[in-house]
Amino acid sequence: MATIEWRLATVAQIREETPRVRTFVLDLPDWAGHLPGQHVDVRLTAEDGYQAQRSYSIASEPHSDAPRSAQIELGVERVEDGEVSPFMHDVLMAGDRLEVRGPIGGYFVWDGMAPDPVLLVAGGSGIVPLMAMVRHRSATGTRAPVTLVYSSRTRDDVIYHDELAGLAAHADGPRVIHTLTRSQPPGWTGFDRRIDRQMLEGALDGTAVSTQAFVCGPTPLVESVAEALVGLGFAPGRVRTERFGPSGG
Amino acid sequence: MTERFVTRGFVGRRQAPDAGQRIPPGQYLTNDFPVLSAGPTPHTPLAEWTFSIAGLVAQPISWTWDEFLALPAREFVVDISCVTKWTKLNTRWQGVSVDTLLEHVSLDRQAAFAVAWSDGGYTTNLPIADLLNGQAFVAYLYDGEPLAPAHGGPARLVVPHLYFWKSAKWVRGLRLLEHDEPGFWESFGYHNRGDPWKEERYSGD
Repeated sequence: MATIEWRLATVAQIREETPRVRTFVLDLPDWAGHLPGQHVDVRLTAEDGYQAQRSYSIASEPHSDAPRSAQIELGVERVEDGEVSPFMHDVLMAGDRLEVRGPIGGYFVWDGMAPDPVLLVAGGSGIVPLMAMVRHRSATGTRAPVTLVYSSRTRDDVIYHDELAGLAAHADGPRVIHTLTRSQPPGWTGFDRRIDRQMLEGALDGTAVSTQAFVCGPTPLVESVAEALVGLGFAPGRVRTERFGPSGG
Repeated sequence: MTERFVTRGFVGRRQAPDAGQRIPPGQYLTNDFPVLSAGPTPHTPLAEWTFSIAGLVAQPISWTWDEFLALPAREFVVDISCVTKWTKLNTRWQGVSVDTLLEHVSLDRQAAFAVAWSDGGYTTNLPIADLLNGQAFVAYLYDGEPLAPAHGGPARLVVPHLYFWKSAKWVRGLRLLEHDEPGFWESFGYHNRGDPWKEERYSGD
């Protein structure tokens, strides 16, 4: 198989999503496209040749209008003691260039072709690859019912809040269920606890047997959600997981 | 083309030379033990657990959990590298060398490859040569404690000289074959062999 080559991307735009998460919009010449859920590897090189690599999920949907999309968006959470994410948050500017290769990953992907209902479960920045799926559904108009259960610590930590609200407001939009585990603003009507079996059962509304689940977040959330879904009748093969550990960055 | 590219403003965090020499290219040092897997963690009761060697052997063999614990075991202290970029030094395991397991079977002469298979349906492929001479073991203790389910317990294959997806969690057996048969991640674009020192991350690397 052909090598996945490193290519130079140019930072087109940097957006603050939350105090700890930024979106990096990259111009990528000759990008062959990606599937929702995939990631890229980013490589940074210092003057003396020292290099660091990290993987970041793609938040943007594949562009259907052109076979070779020229832009992708990465969602990057700042890891306080990290080596790469603080550089990206504090030093990187629009116009800078980065080495990127991808897309990578062929299992934690959803192409929107199957009509089966989809359950997305996100913890924190685990929303990023799932957002590509939500955006893809919206962009393609696929009818597969999508439910997102999304756990954040506080209202300020909810990534893509307004965009999700806008999509959910459409009659055939995704269902979006928020839970805030640390503190809730006055008048909060969503959940206020960690995602548990009862919350998932309500989100599924009796569709467990035919549903495909994608779970992304920190390991404790992924472990407990995956186990709860199996307990609710999911075949293990219909629960696809991806994790963001506390390390890295 | 990109070999001489420098990222503006990037300094990075270098390791002390002694640790640095043990970290393969493109990897960073972690002191955590991150968990990665593609699906739910299986929980097979130990009473139902077996480990088997089948395929191109004169007589397949299967051990129960108690029989497996009775096999000669030893401690292994190894550095491990995950394709997701982390490397962890001096991990301490207790388990049975694959050499010891293979002493119990008579390999056919054509046997050249192995597929390790696991609870939950995971598979990974390896040349038998990568499993011999103390290079691979089936571990059931980590840092002196029973291996946690999220890390592959009750037992996982550990092949520390290859990226850690080759170290199949929840391993239940080896199938020995004449031909190479790509496993789970090897069928989803990851490298067939996965040597971290050659940065064999993805197909074509």
